[in-house]
Amino acid sequence: MNKVVRYFKSLLLWELIQGLRLTGKYLFAKKITVQYPDEKTPLSPRFRGLHALRRYPNGEERCIACKLCEAVCPALAITIEAGPREGDGTRRTTRYEIDLFKCIFCGFCEESCPVDSIVETDIFEYHFERRGEQIMDKQKLLAIGDKYEDRIARNRQLDAKYR
Amino acid sequence: MLDGIQELLRGLPEPLGYVVWTVAKILAIVLPIMIAVAYLTFAERKVIGYIQVRVGPNRVGPRGWLQPIADGVKLLFKETIVPTNANKFLFIIAPVLTFAPSIAAWAVVPFDDGLVLSNIDAGLLYILAITSVGVYGVIIAGWASNSKYALLGALRSAAQIISYEIAMGFALVGVILAAGSLNLTTIVEGQQGSIFHWYWLPLLPLFLIYFISGVAETNRAPFDVAEGESEIVAGFHVEYSAMTFSVFFLAEYANMILISILTAIMFLGGWLSPFEGIPVLGELFEPVPGIVWLLLKAGFFLFLYLWFRATFPRYRYDQIMRLGWKVFIPITIVWLLVVGAAVVAGIGPWFD
Amino acid sequence: MTFEELVFYFFSAILVFAATMVVFIKKPVHAALYLVLAFFSSAGVWLLLDAEFLAITLVLVYVGAVMVLFLFVVMMLDINLSPLREGFARYLPAGLLIGLVVLAELAYVYTRDYFGPERFPNPGHHPEDYSNTAELGSRLYTEHFLGFELAAVILLVAIIAAIALTLRPKRMSKYVRPEDQVVITRKGRVKLVDPKTDKTEG
Repeated sequence: MNKVVRYFKSLLLWELIQGLRLTGKYLFAKKITVQYPDEKTPLSPRFRGLHALRRYPNGEERCIACKLCEAVCPALAITIEAGPREGDGTRRTTRYEIDLFKCIFCGFCEESCPVDSIVETDIFEYHFERRGEQIMDKQKLLAIGDKYEDRIARNRQLDAKYR
Repeated sequence: MLDGIQELLRGLPEPLGYVVWTVAKILAIVLPIMIAVAYLTFAERKVIGYIQVRVGPNRVGPRGWLQPIADGVKLLFKETIVPTNANKFLFIIAPVLTFAPSIAAWAVVPFDDGLVLSNIDAGLLYILAITSVGVYGVIIAGWASNSKYALLGALRSAAQIISYEIAMGFALVGVILAAGSLNLTTIVEGQQGSIFHWYWLPLLPLFLIYFISGVAETNRAPFDVAEGESEIVAGFHVEYSAMTFSVFFLAEYANMILISILTAIMFLGGWLSPFEGIPVLGELFEPVPGIVWLLLKAGFFLFLYLWFRATFPRYRYDQIMRLGWKVFIPITIVWLLVVGAAVVAGIGPWFD
Repeated sequence: MTFEELVFYFFSAILVFAATMVVFIKKPVHAALYLVLAFFSSAGVWLLLDAEFLAITLVLVYVGAVMVLFLFVVMMLDINLSPLREGFARYLPAGLLIGLVVLAELAYVYTRDYFGPERFPNPGHHPEDYSNTAELGSRLYTEHFLGFELAAVILLVAIIAAIALTLRPKRMSKYVRPEDQVVITRKGRVKLVDPKTDKTEG
């Protein structure tokens, strides 16, 4: 009996019709597409995107060249050289470079930073047009930090209570 | 074609006018087909997108309506690359060999009562013969490309098309038995009456087998082992680019439309109204021209093509062969006996 | 020259050219493709004789199926032609002799006016309602019934013989029958066992 039922089922394409019914239902389902440049999905304050170096409110750069980020970086993307700054003689970086092609955006650098200097912003729409542009030097990183300080500070603020 | 040649002989005193008139009629068929092909690709991407809970192409033109034109222009301006050590003549002629039959077959397709380019007696045979020629393009493309993947795709395609042509031919024999004619117009006229007079009911197994074989013949999912992008990259047309590729593409979609229209003609009453014979509705829909019904029915089958592609995973090659030889052919032969007996016994309302 | 003659000579010229190329061309795949062209042009000639069923069947069967299989095989072959040409000079006299004999025979038969345009006048065209297909069917199943059925039986025997010759009863490869595969249920495959574990822990 079971065999007869099975024969009829396969001759009537029963299982195929079941499959078609399922996909047919999805034909009328609500579409989940996000029209990207026009619409964007919300980002978490913890989003790890482009790097930035921050400053204190008085304009002094935060980085003290402790090289913890360089040490912790699993992709060896960070290169730091340090020395006394001309004028006040404080320990500062003379060179701070992140190779974005090496970087894996793991966020260890910002985790390790004792002064919250190196941070990852929520910017992910950027591009390079020439070779060498992917190496972010100190000036570029500080510029990003200055430009997006509001966003960076807000995201830190939002996340602070979970840390 | 036969009629065409004979007519040409008789109209010799002024053959030019006749030739021009025929060319005009051919263009009146081919141009809409090309537009339909372009928008079928668009419909495919939209339908599959919707089934996958996406929206599909919507950037070019309003709601993406200019997408197929953008695609066409892009393919036109790309470079045709001929692989090293490829047989150049055969490589270039292969897409043409696929494309020509897929257009030539339309010569005998009736769109409405009397609306047919060439109303020949052996129309159905002509279509079978012409569509079976299309496989040469695929085989030659695979061989001339000088590529292993292309050759594998061509071999698969050849085996598959030959296998399913037999089942398809047998399904058509059922229709011929039922209608008592090879002429497509006569076949449609034989289905007059109501929706239950159409041949889908007495020939239900043949109807299903014909359409499934049609899907296999056009190398569409789930029978697309000849392309099999996940196994053999793109099968027989791996090495093709630009216009040569798009000609293959056009042929595939033109064949899909052809199979859909033929299925509608042979099993769903062609241009006959589905409300025929129903008291009020029948008269209400009387003024609708027949071609609208035919296109609606063909559109349904085209939608099925897209629906299948979005639903079913690809058949394994040995299972395709099993389905063709061990399932379809025996079923068609058995059902031919049934139809033959029914025709002899004059079982109504179809065969009396 | 009427239009019909024009068409006839057009198809015939292609036919003769293609047939010649089948014999003389070196690459087997090209030869097979020329054979396809030859079939096509002879189908065109048959169409001129009102034999549309035969013409279409020629395309359907020979072009659509037989030649595809031919190509299939030829494409898989890797024929090295040079060893085949080795004995050319040695066999040339014998070959020439046989060729001459065949030519002489052909010439003899041809000059005996069994052939020639006057022996085979143009059959003309049938009336509009004539159907070559219907005519052929009724002739085959009435007058030539016995021969037709005999041919069918011989072909059937050939099919069975081919299968019997190539069938290998014992499969060396592992093969899963799809019809068995699709009816697999969890019940037939999974067996739940209750291992007696020591549950008396402190």
